[in-house]
Amino acid sequence: MKRFIGFVTKEFYHIFRDRRSLFILFGMPIVQILLFGFAITNEINNVNIAILDHSKDANTQEIINKISASKYFSINQLIERESDIEAVFKKGQVKAVLNFEKDFSKNLIKNRQATVQIITDATDPNTANTITNYVSSILQNYQMEQNKAVKINYVIGPQPRMVYNAELKSVYMFVPGVMTIILMLVSAMMTSISITREKELGTMEILLVSPIKPLLVIIGKVFPYIFLSIVNAIVIVVLSIFIFKMPMQGSLILLALESILFILSALSLGILISTVSATQQTAMMISLMGLMLPVILLSGFIFPISSMPLPLQIISNIIPAKWFIIILKGIMLKGVGIQFIWKETLILLGMTVFCLALSVKKYKIRLE
Amino acid sequence: MKITNVIEANGLTKMFGDFTAVNAITFEVKKGEIFGFLGANGAGKTTAIKMLIGISIPTSGAAKVAGYDVFTQAEDIKKNIGYMSQKFALYDDLTVKENITFFGGIYGLSKSRIKEKTKELLEDLGLEDVASQLVGSLPLGWKQKLSFSVALIHDPKIVFLDEPTGGVDPITRRQFWEMIYRASSQGTTIFVTTHYMDEAEYCDRVSIMVNGKIEALDTPKKLKEQFHADNMNDVFLKLARG
Repeated sequence: MKRFIGFVTKEFYHIFRDRRSLFILFGMPIVQILLFGFAITNEINNVNIAILDHSKDANTQEIINKISASKYFSINQLIERESDIEAVFKKGQVKAVLNFEKDFSKNLIKNRQATVQIITDATDPNTANTITNYVSSILQNYQMEQNKAVKINYVIGPQPRMVYNAELKSVYMFVPGVMTIILMLVSAMMTSISITREKELGTMEILLVSPIKPLLVIIGKVFPYIFLSIVNAIVIVVLSIFIFKMPMQGSLILLALESILFILSALSLGILISTVSATQQTAMMISLMGLMLPVILLSGFIFPISSMPLPLQIISNIIPAKWFIIILKGIMLKGVGIQFIWKETLILLGMTVFCLALSVKKYKIRLE
Repeated sequence: MKITNVIEANGLTKMFGDFTAVNAITFEVKKGEIFGFLGANGAGKTTAIKMLIGISIPTSGAAKVAGYDVFTQAEDIKKNIGYMSQKFALYDDLTVKENITFFGGIYGLSKSRIKEKTKELLEDLGLEDVASQLVGSLPLGWKQKLSFSVALIHDPKIVFLDEPTGGVDPITRRQFWEMIYRASSQGTTIFVTTHYMDEAEYCDRVSIMVNGKIEALDTPKKLKEQFHADNMNDVFLKLARG
């Protein structure tokens, strides 16, 4: 035990004296979560739009008021001619133009139908899509209010309701993903690098010649990173709850246990990587290419798994991150208990045990 | 009391697939002796050492180090030997003191013993002033001496030195050998590999390995007589060229 404490102390010296690893450990999570939370977002807020109102009557004015009252849009300018539409788009001042037809009110009363054209700048297709949806829903809302007053027609329209993330806040989607990436990075990459560093320096040889047990060497090297990963997970959860108002529906204890399970699986991957790489650089490359890329691309964090081609969907199953993200979303957003995520937990547990067993087996007790 | 052998190797062999890295070497090393283990690169020196220090299992043969069997008692061997590799492996980002404390701890020394040892060691090496400096900032020669002292921290019976003087200037090498002599005079057995033939002259006895076999083993003086050579360099060249 005394040896173990000495070993862990030494490991903490390594970590705290290396500015680069310190930055990766503590700067990265904060930077990433803030980046994903604030900068990279699917939501729209205060999007500038222009209005081309050929009708200028009571109805169009009401609709315009409704739109400008919403926090999603701000009406940037009113234009008079069709030919101006392209001009405002080209200047990049607005993302969308609403084009009300001539005699809007008259048509509405006479034909029970009037048209407003939503022209969006589709150089950014996602935003264009979102804008169209938002405007449509405002229009629909207005239409329903009108119909209520008149009380005649039965309009059966679908009424979508998004649950668990009703405001479609993208930060809810990113937090579990970023947490997964950070834990993977810290646990797998940092441990594999720190173990291979000892190999590179030749100190691993000295340690193996000493009476200290090889298994203790590995546990001693991994232990600080378990601790730091937990600290990181806490920082991320706290940041996301207090800065991004991310809901925390489920049990914190369950979240903590599941996180520790994931950290262990990442650590075992880190050890596994260190057994096959001779230098720190190799370890880093393998971690980045072999772990980070799949986590980002195939875990369902950014790209939905269901829309991937079948082979990729199958591959995604062997990525621990995929299961962890499902678990995280379940606990944080849906507030589910273990009875709903036991399957994912079991899969993650199986992967962890498998990787740990494999890495312990592969870890060469005797340097050949 | 008869002089005891601290290392006894008998037909020690290591094969990697079809390749025989170490071919049935037999020798013994006496207590307190400075034993030079020479050979060209690839002759099998490092493999032989690894078997003796308990991190590589021999394919066949037998060997006892500090009275323990290399096959079955590797853990006991590890407690009784010190090892210093050609990389002078200390932690660059730890201070001199922290390195000593760490390695002392690894060998299970008590806190008070570590304190004692640290003081003694720093005084011996004249490193008191830099005790709180990172090892990375020290010159190579100092690192090497520190590394040797650290290998001796648990008072091992035998210390294995694998090319300990690589890349070090002649004056520091000289000083280093003085440290070796001092350790040897205190009863520690020294098992050293080197590329420098002048260093071979400093050894009590020298073995020369060629292609996995020990081709010669005697005192430097007798070896020179046997091969009609003026110095160890010629002895080595005659043997290595076959």
